[in-house]
Amino acid sequence: MSLRLGNYESVIGLEVHAELLTASKIFCGCSAAFGAPPNRHTCPVCLGMPGMLPVLNRRVVEFAVRAGLATHCRIAPVSRWARKNYFYPDLCKGYQISQYELPICEAGWIDVPLEDGTKRVRLTRIHMEEDTGKNIHDAHGSASLVDFNRSGVPLLEIVSEPDMTWPAEAGAYLRTLRSILQYLQICDGNMEEGSFRCDANCSVRPRNTMALGTKIEIKNMNSFRAVERAIAYELERQVRVLEEGGTLVQETRLWDPDREETRAMRSKESAHDYRYFPDPDLPPLVVSASFVEDVRRSLPELPDARRARFVSVLGLPEYDAEVLTARRDVADYFEAVVTAHPNAKAASNWVMGDILRLVREQKLDDAPVIERWPVTAAHLGALIALIDGGTISGKIAKTVFEEMLACGDAPAAIVERTGLVQVSDEGPIVAAIDQVLAANGAKVEEYRGGKDKLFGFFVGQVMKATGGKANPGLVNALLKKKLAGS
Amino acid sequence: MLNDLTIATAAERLRRGELSAVDLTRAALDRIAATEPALNAFLTVTADAALTAAADADAALKRGAAAGPLTGIPIAVKDVIATRGVRTTAASKILEGFVPSYDATVTRRLRDAGAVIVGKVNCDEFAMGSSNENSAYGLTRNPWDLARVPGGSSGGSAASVAAGQALAALGTDTGGSIRLPAAYTGIVGLKPTYGRVSRFGVIAYASSLDQVGPLTRDVTDAALLLGVLAGHDPRDSTSVDRPVPDYAAAIAGGVAGARGLRIALPREYFAAGLQPDVERAVRAATDVLRDAGAALHEASLPHTEYGVACYYILAPAEASSNLARYDGIRYGLRAPSTGGLLDLYRDTREAGFGREVKRRIMLGTYVLSSGYYDAYYLKAQKVRTLIRRDFERVFADADVIVTPVAPTTAFRIGEKTADPLAMYLSDVLTIGVNLAGLPAIVVPCGLDHAGMPIGLQIVGPPFGEEAVLRAACAFEAATDWHALRPPDVAGREAPR
Repeated sequence: MSLRLGNYESVIGLEVHAELLTASKIFCGCSAAFGAPPNRHTCPVCLGMPGMLPVLNRRVVEFAVRAGLATHCRIAPVSRWARKNYFYPDLCKGYQISQYELPICEAGWIDVPLEDGTKRVRLTRIHMEEDTGKNIHDAHGSASLVDFNRSGVPLLEIVSEPDMTWPAEAGAYLRTLRSILQYLQICDGNMEEGSFRCDANCSVRPRNTMALGTKIEIKNMNSFRAVERAIAYELERQVRVLEEGGTLVQETRLWDPDREETRAMRSKESAHDYRYFPDPDLPPLVVSASFVEDVRRSLPELPDARRARFVSVLGLPEYDAEVLTARRDVADYFEAVVTAHPNAKAASNWVMGDILRLVREQKLDDAPVIERWPVTAAHLGALIALIDGGTISGKIAKTVFEEMLACGDAPAAIVERTGLVQVSDEGPIVAAIDQVLAANGAKVEEYRGGKDKLFGFFVGQVMKATGGKANPGLVNALLKKKLAGS
Repeated sequence: MLNDLTIATAAERLRRGELSAVDLTRAALDRIAATEPALNAFLTVTADAALTAAADADAALKRGAAAGPLTGIPIAVKDVIATRGVRTTAASKILEGFVPSYDATVTRRLRDAGAVIVGKVNCDEFAMGSSNENSAYGLTRNPWDLARVPGGSSGGSAASVAAGQALAALGTDTGGSIRLPAAYTGIVGLKPTYGRVSRFGVIAYASSLDQVGPLTRDVTDAALLLGVLAGHDPRDSTSVDRPVPDYAAAIAGGVAGARGLRIALPREYFAAGLQPDVERAVRAATDVLRDAGAALHEASLPHTEYGVACYYILAPAEASSNLARYDGIRYGLRAPSTGGLLDLYRDTREAGFGREVKRRIMLGTYVLSSGYYDAYYLKAQKVRTLIRRDFERVFADADVIVTPVAPTTAFRIGEKTADPLAMYLSDVLTIGVNLAGLPAIVVPCGLDHAGMPIGLQIVGPPFGEEAVLRAACAFEAATDWHALRPPDVAGREAPR
């Protein structure tokens, strides 16, 4: 996407809210699961009833430390809980318990792969907080209802420095961050269900100046595409306003995905004074060095390290390694295929080609599809083994693969059932060649007269005559010999 | 007869079968019926539930086994403490008709110990006040003189115990709210160390200061009730996981408990402004303790004068946040509002909160707002640290600190309502204890020229409840002040 910024340059920082995959909520024992009937997962504590007090879920701290270590943050030995005060019906206590001046993680970074290299984006902080409930407005506008299932579900807020310049960088940052959280198994990264949410802070300034321009926050983006489109729209809008001699005011704008534009929220809602102060119901959070070390030891291999290993140990090209490691489930699947049959490049081709194509076609981008995939890694490994062993050709393999998708059977069983075995005996192939050459005398003459391009035509005819089962290598060799005039 | 019973004596007679829990509860309910027109101490009387609990207690007593320490004892509970299935309003219109689906931990502990909860007692709205004049359901009167306040905010708790409506009551103390009414009504009030008693289910006023404690007729009962209430609660993150000592053992020595006790007398607490009768009574009380073998010395708490200012920044700050949940959306009052969301909030809170609550919400909102936070809230936190260090220094060579409770005895109804600052100064001698999170007890130590009770405050170091009880018990054993009772107000109407 090309951006028309004229004499201006853009500055982008992102705030991500990641909902954590803990079994229970952050300050009570209620289930944190998504999708229950309204207000099913609530108790007096997460409803903020009079006299109720929060008790911290230890697992949330562990997840926050995991995220902090994976993004090279400093883990604060003592952090503090704060109250963020504001009125809204979905906020049952009138304040949100969050962290403010002493967050649990600070000063980290992640390396974001871009087309022309890697960019290091710094993280200002990662802090823990509770989610709010959700208002549901009926279609006629006569009533509003509140669902508090989400109230008290733990969140990490991950705040970047304004280190990004282009919408595509913001998109790449988000994908990398989501991939890390998924690798850590602390967030499912589902943007549409709201478990991975993003607000963007954008500003523009005259090229080669230092001072930051007026910061405008964009909310309400629920896909990677929307984030990139919204930022692009907003940056161009800001330049347009400035070039027309207008001034920008610091505000919050909403992305309207239907009209593909941002618009200002009511100014009343952006004029907040949250009156943060330390929450007197929760003592300061002390995280011991040994706790941090325990978490560090339990960290899984992260995308960066895995990518490097795929190149150095499995001998994959950089590009393959990057595509395969972008999602932990895909990388796990790929490794399982290689374990079943050690041909990494073939496995890579299948996973990057056929598997990811289907994931895209079926729009399974957000779901952890691989474990539910009808073609198990063992079966795909077996399929590659059949090719490498010469039992079937690559072409037959595509047919077998389609069948595996449809019925979920092992490839050997499908080959046996359908007779799709590769023919590697010279006899039937020579017979087919003779038959094709006899039927196309004129073309044989043309070929021999120098029209080399016809070779492919003869290969195709022979494959057709053998029902696609002929070993292509053998067909090539034998056909060359025959056409050479023997 | 009810008026003379302590928990200890009643429990003994129940155990011996000389008295049934049902009779005792009936007597309490009758007494409530007879004295309420004069006092207005109760917001809710749970007669049926109390009689059922009393019958259960009698059955348990008959079985003889495993009766709790409070089995069959009628107790009143301040209305800021949640009681499952029983209306709990914090004396505010905004919680009109609110019936919690849960018990506070202290309520649970009372029930588990066998107590008979006779009802919910009046208080200043959301525990904000020093006179019990701020209740949305009318003020409570002092049984010693119906023209005077019982003290706040646990004024209903204190009046109910003093007037024989219950043998004991639970109160909460944020800046002196147990101790001041105990002093004004001539009973014993104990504010435990912050973190000693669970706050779960206690409607929060200022979370970092609030603490639940007993109001009783003597020190023995205070020790007994504290033993029931105290202990770690995993549902309150500020509750401290520390063994509960045997408080009864701490007071077993009686007068002898004063022997060798090192008592500090902070000169700032005996400064000008003290009503002469109060000063005389407290000085006399310290003489009693010295005669019983205590070693007295003067000490200094130099930051005392900043206590009230510090408190009236921190407490309203926390209150402004704690009271934000009363917005008319989910429970309690919802004002009929025709406007938008903001109007619904505004109209509900305008109609639901009283003047003092609004005053503190506004104060708190102001001191926390951006640009003022550093100047007020943060500065007050620093002052709080200085005050805490003052106490630490004094406790380096003292077991307890002894002071007056309030500059004056109970004042007349309406006397200070027009002047909030004068009212706030009622707490000048109790607030430091809350800011430092310390335990403190109040015991009766005299009467003023008008016949109104005077209290003596004994303060201990953190988790020094044993020392505090020991000193209080020694004083009580050497004097008769705790045996004085107010005139009988049964059958009287509240004066106009």
